[in-house]
Amino acid sequence: MSDRTEPAVPDATSLLPPMRPVQLLDEGGELHESDDFPLDLKDDDLAAMHRFMVLARRVDRQSIALQRQGQLGVYASLLGQEAAQVGSAYALGPSDWVFPTYRELGSALVRGLDPEHLLHSFRGTWLGDHDPHEHRFGLLSIPIATQALHAVGFAMAAKLDGADFVTASYFGDGATSEGDVHEALNFAAVFDVPCVFFVQNNQYAISVPVSEQTRAPTLAHKAVGYGMPGYRCDGNDVLATYAVMRHAVDRARRGEGPSMIEAVTYRRESHTTADDATRYRSEEELAEWVPRDPLTRFETLLEGRGLLDQDRKAELEAEVDALALRLREEIYDAPHGDPLELFEHVYVSPPASYERQRELLRGEIDAGTYTDDAR
Amino acid sequence: MSVTMAQALNTALHDAMTADDRVICYGEDVGMLGGVFRITDRLQERFGPQRCFDSPLAESGIVGTAIGMAMYGFRPVVEMQFDGFTYPAFDQIVSHLAKMRNRSRGTVTLPVVVRIPYGGGIGAVEHHSESPESYFAHTAGLHVVTPATPGDAYGMLRRALTGADPVIFFEPKRRYWASEELDLPHESAPFGQAEVRRQGSLATLISYGPTVATCLDAAHAAAEDGWDLEVVDLRSLVPLDTERVVESVRRTGRAIVVHEAQVFSGFGAELAAQITEEAFYHLEAPVLRVGGFDIPYPPAQLEHYHLPGTDRILDAVERSLAY
Repeated sequence: MSDRTEPAVPDATSLLPPMRPVQLLDEGGELHESDDFPLDLKDDDLAAMHRFMVLARRVDRQSIALQRQGQLGVYASLLGQEAAQVGSAYALGPSDWVFPTYRELGSALVRGLDPEHLLHSFRGTWLGDHDPHEHRFGLLSIPIATQALHAVGFAMAAKLDGADFVTASYFGDGATSEGDVHEALNFAAVFDVPCVFFVQNNQYAISVPVSEQTRAPTLAHKAVGYGMPGYRCDGNDVLATYAVMRHAVDRARRGEGPSMIEAVTYRRESHTTADDATRYRSEEELAEWVPRDPLTRFETLLEGRGLLDQDRKAELEAEVDALALRLREEIYDAPHGDPLELFEHVYVSPPASYERQRELLRGEIDAGTYTDDAR
Repeated sequence: MSVTMAQALNTALHDAMTADDRVICYGEDVGMLGGVFRITDRLQERFGPQRCFDSPLAESGIVGTAIGMAMYGFRPVVEMQFDGFTYPAFDQIVSHLAKMRNRSRGTVTLPVVVRIPYGGGIGAVEHHSESPESYFAHTAGLHVVTPATPGDAYGMLRRALTGADPVIFFEPKRRYWASEELDLPHESAPFGQAEVRRQGSLATLISYGPTVATCLDAAHAAAEDGWDLEVVDLRSLVPLDTERVVESVRRTGRAIVVHEAQVFSGFGAELAAQITEEAFYHLEAPVLRVGGFDIPYPPAQLEHYHLPGTDRILDAVERSLAY
């Protein structure tokens, strides 16, 4: 990947992110366009992004309800992060790849995944029940930060193969403390691969605030140490997130290398349904983020432009209701899968013990050992 | 011609890269230098820096990116410079390399080969003489193999680079410079087949990797005393050829398991358990385990006290015979 020629040393100050995140759409829904991050979105795009955000919010609410009803083992809510996820994923082309975290339903919707595929894994049945190649969306990755290296390796392969797509590596503020993110950023920079690191800084890694995670001025400043530009955007502003991501993706596609974006946002729900955020953050803090809601300001803009009216809202409402119903039907009491399939996919060439152990389990099942069998 | 294990491995990489241009070789110092043990010698010169290259010094990064490259469709063969430096990559190996095929219900296969020079006996400094094979044998989803001869080193690495499962390929570094008469290319038996390296009737020595040669030395010495020992080389720990091992022990009635790793919770414990389960009524004596002590690998000047040698093996044979 390297022929030992001395690469040009970038000017460090040119890589620095702004302290103030890029914001195009203010909290009142007013648009302030920027020459540095131009918008190329048509009305149809705005409507599509809005639809994805509404879908994401509704799927999220439905998922929490399904967990409360005992249908999902656990669920990680994206409430408040709809703009960050939809805006960033919308900036990718159809041939680009996403390597997601486990809190990525919004990005998944944009990539065309049916949300029930991801929810099955939260239900505790078969994990990752989708083919990553179908929508160019990797498996949900639970071990923090580990997927960043897969995104970089995939981009290394693309570069070697002369393919012209970009990989997007998604992770959160907590992940920036992990060694794998350091190694991923460094490998990406050294091999100069088309990878964009998209960090959703939702302010908390479970209960630990970002102020206790790092002493870096911002998360985006870390990029400079790897010789790549860092960017910051208002992650609750879907247009700023789109524009900054688009800038980073375009430069990666042009062969100008990797970069890192910090989308400043807020996780309005607990870390997961198993968490209780009231133990570590105040009502006052939560209340501060409500007026910064990503949907409210975007809807103000769309209404002002005549792109959203009562009819369109009703139409969307009917669509998300139908989707929520489909999810309930799909997930509610869904079969758990054939336990004998547990041996099926571990190896292409399994060890001999697999056959014996499969038969052992088959015998137990046939003997009626598992009375609550829900295949 | 006389071929060392190091040459056999180098030739295997060369031939695999010639046969399949999806084979990509990278790691620390493997490019221009050719690896600290020269296993990747001249591969960069021959195949160019696109297919054999140095990576930054980060083992998790090496394995993690290899997973991404394999998802795309390449066949990465990556080097962990020494056994003791595999641990930073442990999470990527255990959490992703081993599991991704399963958790994708078979849609993602990861034909990644992780080469690890392992074991002691070369007077190395701390952290350069570890035998971590049990950690990986205990992880479902990996093939864990280790050649004992130059011929197998070639044949097994070629197999690893044509198979579909991820392979942890342990290279017994103190055997790198041992040679045998060999014509390359050489075809080896599939993984999951043990080889009887020496036939015998009195007791079975079961081993793998670096201690197969030690077992053969012990058997040779024992023959002078009229003890006829069989030596079985497992070759692959996962998949394991239980059948061949049990067949041998049923014949001899005595089994001594030999490895360099510490005995406690080592791979020998698995072998002892399986032999006991499958050949209980054929056993004349309990299965005995011979290995390193249950201590961190000692300083180089003391390593010969730790490594199982012919005397420790023959003492165990004697204890077995005394039952």
